[in-house]
Amino acid sequence: MRVLLVDDEEELVTTLAERLNLRGIDVDWATSGEGAMQLAKSNPYDIAVLDVKIPKISGIRLKNELVKIRPGMKFIFVTGHGSEDDFRAGTAEAGAGYYLAKPVNIDILIQKMGAALRDKEEE
Amino acid sequence: MSYQIDSVGEGGLRFFGKMTASISHEIKNVLSIINESAGLLDDLTILAEKGMPLDPARLKTQAGKIMKQIQRADGIIKLMNRFAHSVDESEKGVDLFDMADLIAGLSARFASVRGVELAAVPPKKPISVRTNPFFLQHALWVCLDFVMDQSGKGQKVVLGLDEKENWARVHFTAGPGVFKGSPGTPFPAESETALIRALGAEIEVDEAKGEVILSLPSGKAAS
Repeated sequence: MRVLLVDDEEELVTTLAERLNLRGIDVDWATSGEGAMQLAKSNPYDIAVLDVKIPKISGIRLKNELVKIRPGMKFIFVTGHGSEDDFRAGTAEAGAGYYLAKPVNIDILIQKMGAALRDKEEE
Repeated sequence: MSYQIDSVGEGGLRFFGKMTASISHEIKNVLSIINESAGLLDDLTILAEKGMPLDPARLKTQAGKIMKQIQRADGIIKLMNRFAHSVDESEKGVDLFDMADLIAGLSARFASVRGVELAAVPPKKPISVRTNPFFLQHALWVCLDFVMDQSGKGQKVVLGLDEKENWARVHFTAGPGVFKGSPGTPFPAESETALIRALGAEIEVDEAKGEVILSLPSGKAAS
């Protein structure tokens, strides 16, 4: 499983990547939409974990751009807001099962990644 | 049951809600980083129990991240506290730079999401006004929000202060040729106009200079 993590909080994304790596998951990370798109062009990611609010480009818009680059990619949205609007936006784009509020429980995140990967393989 | 909508009060509540929601988002981010750093320390401890040698440098890095985030949260909470106390009195003498700096701090996340950089420059000598501190905060946000929208990605907005005749002024400057022009809605909006009137203030937009000026009466300046 190859995963791309995108969040503008560098300390968050690097530490989460390190923890996922310890669990044998192949992870790259980016702190901007531009960085994420660059990585996706040269890496066949299965899943992207996106913050709903990424500076300069929203997580939803970034998802649309990443789908153009990697059409089969699955998405998990993460938000710090936990507002009704964010929940609606996240679930509308990714499905209620693929939407998590910060702080994220790593075991639940990995479960969601597994489910997303199974969805991808079934398509 | 009937009620009368007070546009200044309603707009103020909306502003207060927007700021506190942004602060809660920032605190969530801080907690998330602490959560991952503590989680990584836990992971490393479990691996050490299984025989993997502990790397002190890795532990030190995570401890440093946690301490840094605690400092960050402290800064956010201090801003929130200053903001919350702005409703304590309906009129008082305030340092205008203190207010501009506070609103720049509270708006940092909004600026970052838009890809805008913010800077508040202190005046050569302190400028104080006697006013409603919360209304002033709101008016500063109204101007800053407009200038950030007009500037967009990659631009820098500078908050500067000066005095001219009987006015204490806050300049929100993006620079010549930066403003996109033709905002979708009039600026200031009707409810914002009522706010500006309540302060006895004036707003001037200079599209060519890429600047908005908020002028406040300094005739009753606090000594």
